[in-house]
Amino acid sequence: MIENIPLPATDDPVDATFWAGTRCGELRIQTCQQCDQMRFPPRPMCPSCQSQESYWQPVSGRGRVWSFAVPSSPLLPAFEKLTPYVVALVELEESPTLRLIGPVLHSVGGEVSGVEAKDVRIGAEVTVDFKRYSDDVAMPCWVLGK
Amino acid sequence: MLKDRTAIVGIGETDFAKRLHDTEWGLACAAIKAALDDAGIAPSMVDAMGCFTQETTPEFEIARSLGFGDVHFFSQTAHGGGAACGVVGQVALAVASGVANVGVVWRSRKRGDPGKRQWAGVQERVTDHWKWSRCQGLLRPVDEIAITARRYMHDFQVTREQLAEVALTQRAYAANNPKAIMRDKPMALDDYMTARMISDPLCLFDNCLESDGAIAMVIVRAEDVNTATQQPVYIHAFSQGLSPQHQLMTDYHGDDPLRSSSYTTAANLWRQSDIQAQDIDVAQFYDAFSPMVLYCLEAYGFCGRGEAASFIANGGMSVTGELPVNTSGGSLSEVYLHGMNLLSEAVRQLRGSADNQVAGARSALVTTCDSTPNGALVLRGA
Repeated sequence: MIENIPLPATDDPVDATFWAGTRCGELRIQTCQQCDQMRFPPRPMCPSCQSQESYWQPVSGRGRVWSFAVPSSPLLPAFEKLTPYVVALVELEESPTLRLIGPVLHSVGGEVSGVEAKDVRIGAEVTVDFKRYSDDVAMPCWVLGK
Repeated sequence: MLKDRTAIVGIGETDFAKRLHDTEWGLACAAIKAALDDAGIAPSMVDAMGCFTQETTPEFEIARSLGFGDVHFFSQTAHGGGAACGVVGQVALAVASGVANVGVVWRSRKRGDPGKRQWAGVQERVTDHWKWSRCQGLLRPVDEIAITARRYMHDFQVTREQLAEVALTQRAYAANNPKAIMRDKPMALDDYMTARMISDPLCLFDNCLESDGAIAMVIVRAEDVNTATQQPVYIHAFSQGLSPQHQLMTDYHGDDPLRSSSYTTAANLWRQSDIQAQDIDVAQFYDAFSPMVLYCLEAYGFCGRGEAASFIANGGMSVTGELPVNTSGGSLSEVYLHGMNLLSEAVRQLRGSADNQVAGARSALVTTCDSTPNGALVLRGA
């Protein structure tokens, strides 16, 4: 078992711009050049109009908790050390079908560890924050409260 | 149409345990040989093979171990929990169409060793769609299902006491099944309510077993069934399902994440079937996690959306209930073999030889994993 938190590959041309965005504090959503539909997770073709041309649009970073889980043992060692923590699926303000997963934080710049089920509720308003996991990974996290 | 043109004429199972000494290869051979013996068919007659993409032993190793002759069809169905009915259905299609004559399908798995759990093998860098969830902390399948389970319980006011009915009913079934790993471990509501959480809102008993074993089946054309020596169970309807915007396990990106690929499978299954939901005598619902049983009850039309908890309250899924479900104890209490045990139990029910026999059972529904690309079968007794 690996000792660290697993990290996303950030050099895939399909989503490298997403991770470049998070590194500079921006949540960017892939958007179709032809029909302007936003899509997530990133992919090479628009499922609405089949265009392969897209651009990346910064979004507000505001959303609501669709649901959440509170994982506990047995976990990878790095996650064991973080318990208790909460992971939320958040629907973005821009469109309820754009849903991103991220750890929940009590405050901007706060810790993943120390958040419990009682702190979070379905429908809660959250705002994105970015946590540096490595040189190339700034992980979108969700901060409770407006 | 595929309807009733093929039949399952043999089932074979190894022992089930937390730890077996034999290899997955050896267990696969033993289960396939047992299934062929049950059918009274020699290994040299087999010319079609089907298994899961997650099967570790390739088809040629199986074929040359068992001594198959010329093989004319071999396929693998994608993924794990969603595959079992697809494996059977694809081989049935090949046999029905005349590409091949005698098919075997199997699943062999050693999962009892904690090191074999897929999440334990997560690499330093995640390159596939799991980069959007595992790195964020939804590491294991149970975490992925906890997301939909919490939302489902919230939207439809389902309590943990109600969800417990799935685990409790299946444990009671296991008590009558000599092969069930949990046969000697009775469970009461208090045991469930005080069990440790694995991924809140799901506790230990909402999770399937981690176990070792293998199961195989034999499929032939209906006209080739020897009714003097074989007990056929006919494959009445089959479909696979992949819903719009589906994503494997983290199926969160469709219009409604609670409307899974099971809805896609169900619509196309019932379209082909003379036997409808209200006619089904016994169901085997894929149950890697207990909420999946509730999801399947609704997706396959046994009750309305949000009504499954009421449906199973007071014994609805017990052997005398409205729809007996997972009568061997299922993945929660018999063995976890990616749902192949649900298929063999359905065959036993329709042969009239199940440990928890549903009186007069003539039709069975078998489903696969609600949260992956999946499939289902309607089976009919002779």
